[in-house]
Amino acid sequence: MSIDTNSAASDAGTTESAPPDEPVARLVHPRAIRWLHWINFPLLFIMIWSGLRIYWAEDVYAFGIGSWQWFAFFPDAVYETLELDRRLARGMAFHFAFGWLFVINGAIYAVYLLATREWRRILPDRHAAREAKDVVLHDLHLRTTAPPQGKYNAAQRISYTVVLVMAFVIVLSGFAIYKPTQLYPLPLLFGGYQGARLVHFAMTIGLLLFFVVHLLQVARSGWGNFRSMITGYVIERRPPSVAAEPAAPTSAGAASVSDNVEVSS
Amino acid sequence: MNDDRTDPSDRERELRARLDDAPTIPVEEFRKRSRRSFLTGAAGLGAAYVGWQWLQDQPDVAGIPKPLRDTLKFNEDVWRTVSESRSAPEHPISKATPIQVNGRIGIRNEIDLADWTVRVEGPDGEVLDELDISTFEALPQRDMVIEHKCIEGWSSIVHWGGTRFSDFHARYADRVGDVPYVSLETPDGLYYVGWDMPSIMHPQTMLALRQGTEPLDQDHGAPLRLATPNKYGIKCLKRIGVIRYARERPADYWAERSYDWHAGL
Repeated sequence: MSIDTNSAASDAGTTESAPPDEPVARLVHPRAIRWLHWINFPLLFIMIWSGLRIYWAEDVYAFGIGSWQWFAFFPDAVYETLELDRRLARGMAFHFAFGWLFVINGAIYAVYLLATREWRRILPDRHAAREAKDVVLHDLHLRTTAPPQGKYNAAQRISYTVVLVMAFVIVLSGFAIYKPTQLYPLPLLFGGYQGARLVHFAMTIGLLLFFVVHLLQVARSGWGNFRSMITGYVIERRPPSVAAEPAAPTSAGAASVSDNVEVSS
Repeated sequence: MNDDRTDPSDRERELRARLDDAPTIPVEEFRKRSRRSFLTGAAGLGAAYVGWQWLQDQPDVAGIPKPLRDTLKFNEDVWRTVSESRSAPEHPISKATPIQVNGRIGIRNEIDLADWTVRVEGPDGEVLDELDISTFEALPQRDMVIEHKCIEGWSSIVHWGGTRFSDFHARYADRVGDVPYVSLETPDGLYYVGWDMPSIMHPQTMLALRQGTEPLDQDHGAPLRLATPNKYGIKCLKRIGVIRYARERPADYWAERSYDWHAGL
């Protein structure tokens, strides 16, 4: 249940309480996060789709050594399937229009994270590296227990943080390619105009890889977790109780995480 | 192991203590809100689909849907306001490489350079001058080593030699007055570009006669072409045959074929 936010249940110090063992719904994803997430999804894919039309016109990147290419971005079949050929101008028009929406949505999200201090739930702490390894082992069924976690587990914290950094870098490198003179010396940050183009492309691939893992983990985590990104709530069997000191003021007793029954997934 | 390793239950408390109060609601209330959220989501999905279709169905303006064309104009105005007059970095001559030949429209046939002249026209179609190359050789010469950027994505550092357009324009400034645009054409009229006055008067907009120290090849626009690091190569017309001052935004070969008219960097 590594990606499943349900296991972040039995939160500390909730004022409302329900009778023990009655299912209750607890808010995990505030409305702003849900809207920003779902608005970002199509915007990101419009950006990638139009960006690939732009990349197509000079598709020079490949993995390989010297003249030997192991994998060239992209095989012709990809272009044919996505009908990307010869639409550079159209790609640019979409990219430079929807780019504003992508940036605005991302900026609102960044402000939201800072203003609500929600970033603290995402940023990895000093235990994250070790715990993330255990999460991965657990997810691969090589370990029976998952490490303790807050709203997100350590692997999530690391990947979400990396994604946010990549999103920031993709916007920055994008502007460096878009207006290299007007925003000079921004391109120098990436080693110049061509460096910025490479970074911009690499970040795109990185975001696509994240997306693949994200989908797999969402599928693994089940309906309750997916629903929480739409409704905001997860359903828990027990009322939130306090495990942290000082002792819980509620009469529900100090329920441990293992008491927490997930009825939603 | 290291000191960071704490007892899992302590760690668990620590993580929980860091979570803020998360509101809970009864399950009946959740069902109501959940239904509302899914309906909102469905409506949003529908709206996104309708909006996307609407955009595709808008009448094309020069090859792209009108809202996108309007956005390109909006972007042009934004960047003009932000920092129109900035300059691109210039490089040491040692960094320069020969530029590849990309566009041949308007220069497919070789011409006799001895017969070449450029016609200078005023905004009312009056012929101001018919000049041979000696006029341009007599204007103040400068060298410029800049990164030439192709709209397809490649770029190369090129050493151009020639005269600033602004130095050429000084000959006609009094006669044409405050004209907002300049149009340039190849002698056969097959390729043509439009420039706004601030862009073409930029100190890095050059009427180039030389690549490196050699006169231009015919493939690169001999005997006279435009060069700049501040717009895509599509604006750097080769083999200039006509220079025409204009009161209206002039036609532009690639802008008629879906690309941005301004094409500024």
